[in-house]
Amino acid sequence: MTPIPDSIEAVQQMLAGQDYVCGRPLATVAFLALRLGRPLFLEGEAGTGKTEIAKAIAAGLGRRLIRLQCYEGLDAASAVYEWNFAEQMIAIRTAEATGGADRAALKTELFSQDYLIERPLLQAMRPQEGGAPVLLIDEIDRTDEPFEAFLLEALSDFQVTIPELGTIRAPEPPIVILTSNRTREVHDALKRRCLYHWVDYPNFDREMEILAARAPEAQATLSREVVAFVQQLRTEDLFKKPGVAETIDWAKCLLALDAIALSPEVIADTLGAVLKYQDDIRKLQGSEAKRILDEVRAELAPA
Amino acid sequence: MAEHLPLDLPEDGKLSQNITWFARALRKAGLPVGPGRVIEAIRAVEAAGFTDRRDFYWTLHACFVSRPEHATVFAQIFRLYWRDPRYMEHMMAMLVPAVRGVQEDRPAAPAEKRAAEALLADQADRPVDPAQPQETEVEIDASATASGDEKLRALDFEQMSTAEMARARQILSQMSLPVPPVITRRLVADRRGRAPDWRRTLRGALARGGEVTEIRTRARATRWPNLVALCDISGSMSQYSRAILHFLHAVSNREGQGWARVHGFTFGTRLTNITRHLADRDVDAALQAAGREARDWEGGTRIGACLAEFNRDWSRRVLGQGAVVLLITDGLERDDPARLAAQMERLHLSCRHLIWLNPLLRWDGFAPRAQGVAAMLPHVDSFRAGHNIAALEGLAAALADPRDHGERARLMAMLS
Repeated sequence: MTPIPDSIEAVQQMLAGQDYVCGRPLATVAFLALRLGRPLFLEGEAGTGKTEIAKAIAAGLGRRLIRLQCYEGLDAASAVYEWNFAEQMIAIRTAEATGGADRAALKTELFSQDYLIERPLLQAMRPQEGGAPVLLIDEIDRTDEPFEAFLLEALSDFQVTIPELGTIRAPEPPIVILTSNRTREVHDALKRRCLYHWVDYPNFDREMEILAARAPEAQATLSREVVAFVQQLRTEDLFKKPGVAETIDWAKCLLALDAIALSPEVIADTLGAVLKYQDDIRKLQGSEAKRILDEVRAELAPA
Repeated sequence: MAEHLPLDLPEDGKLSQNITWFARALRKAGLPVGPGRVIEAIRAVEAAGFTDRRDFYWTLHACFVSRPEHATVFAQIFRLYWRDPRYMEHMMAMLVPAVRGVQEDRPAAPAEKRAAEALLADQADRPVDPAQPQETEVEIDASATASGDEKLRALDFEQMSTAEMARARQILSQMSLPVPPVITRRLVADRRGRAPDWRRTLRGALARGGEVTEIRTRARATRWPNLVALCDISGSMSQYSRAILHFLHAVSNREGQGWARVHGFTFGTRLTNITRHLADRDVDAALQAAGREARDWEGGTRIGACLAEFNRDWSRRVLGQGAVVLLITDGLERDDPARLAAQMERLHLSCRHLIWLNPLLRWDGFAPRAQGVAAMLPHVDSFRAGHNIAALEGLAAALADPRDHGERARLMAMLS
């Protein structure tokens, strides 16, 4: 069992070992979450690496990663547990056919561990090899308020009560990471129980490091141009700014096309990897892309 | 709190009667004071005795105030009622509009006017003839010019009076027509549902020894949509927006009004989120806070720029769950109409239903000649006047019926 890192630097190193490059602020809050056993609440634009950090922490600590992907209408049945109704029906029929149906016995049997389907939240409360798992609750903003209220309760005492089986309590609380894209404001009560961090876009140097870790086959010159271009795009007035994920995607697209440097034509052909809204793409068509490219080149020239 | 003159309390026999009067005044001012509390208060005062004015104050305070927002109103009414002569004078001066501003040594604090009115209205049962507040229709004159320079200053809202409050409540009772609910993806038990509910079916079967007699079903749950209001508070719109803000305040504090959440924004030269102030229970305090917050009151209008800011910073955060957007502006834009059109389109694409309220529409001769109006009109679902209470009632129709377009079609015909 890998112990919890004992310093902020150790957290940074552990994450770097998983090809996750992160700045000191994020490393600090991750370290505190691990140290204090508090849930970590990461909010930020899409594609800034919120989900990735959960994967990196799980891999770095050698823990199991349990992911609960949220969606509108998510309820306790799909988040915690569900009974295997088909099996139960068969058991009832079998009991009827053999005729020895003792009601009380049947009831105990039907609602036992054998017929229980465990969903992510319940799995996270079971003992795992290698220590408590990392529970990733992804895109919490997509659920509705009732589920949020339920989660609040589950995260405060890490136990689930199943009427027929009793209370299941986690032997040691899982490492909880929640992410949100802020499509709505999550309730203050939930945020209060967590350590909060706004995950922002990285600066030029950090984004270069990330690209080097994630797309190592890209040439340095191409990487520099790609990162500088995306950095410049983020300062433009766009409806949706490109995230780090888009930078990595774009670099991979350019590699697939055997491009060795950016040109207005190549940009026009691959813009869909970076910008996901028609308004934004239209803005960058024609001379605009060239203007940004020239600015970027001028900045990179002395380097 | 101001310093008080010594309080001469009435005779003991009169005390309980006086407390009852006092409670009535509180009720008039909007505090939830029932007869139970009055009895409690009389008992409490008897139990506590009252050698000191302060003890007396806090005793009543303990009985009548149950929310922090009510404390201000209580303080005002207490001072007025238990006769602090200088205060009475001040209040009287405030109530006579002609004298207002002449005798005033300070601007009236929020809730004062309400306290005064509640008291005077309360004297109806006494041999004094109260001046009944006139009920007037909120008719607003809209100047058809957008001012050029921005006047950056915080504006103190006119205080809301009891009459206006009563009026607002009246509108709301008529406004609470059913809004079509949003169908969510959450399933709840429903006998007329389509999806089988195995969990309940099996529980039912077990109660009968494993005999499945009926398949229980589930159906999609419904919930109320959110409301997002964007209020123009520039010069040409300020009086009008004030009325709307009062109205919004009431909407956002009404239980079971059919809105899951109400978000409010004001814009003129910049965009301000006033959602938290709308949650404030006391109207005066909420409006004052919003006035502090929105510092561009009566500057010019830059609708396009403010909508761009809303689309960039807020639309994803407040329009995520199928919200209805209420846009309140006269459409007199100073900047580029092309940009305005693009931002309107973006807003229209990211919300469930977009309703535009424009007070200028009440003029029969109104034509969409202004560039801003022409740019915005194609991108709204419904276009309505809403310049007075009757028009606001019409808004309810727009909300209840997604096919209602108000005056949009007529004006679109003028455009083409």
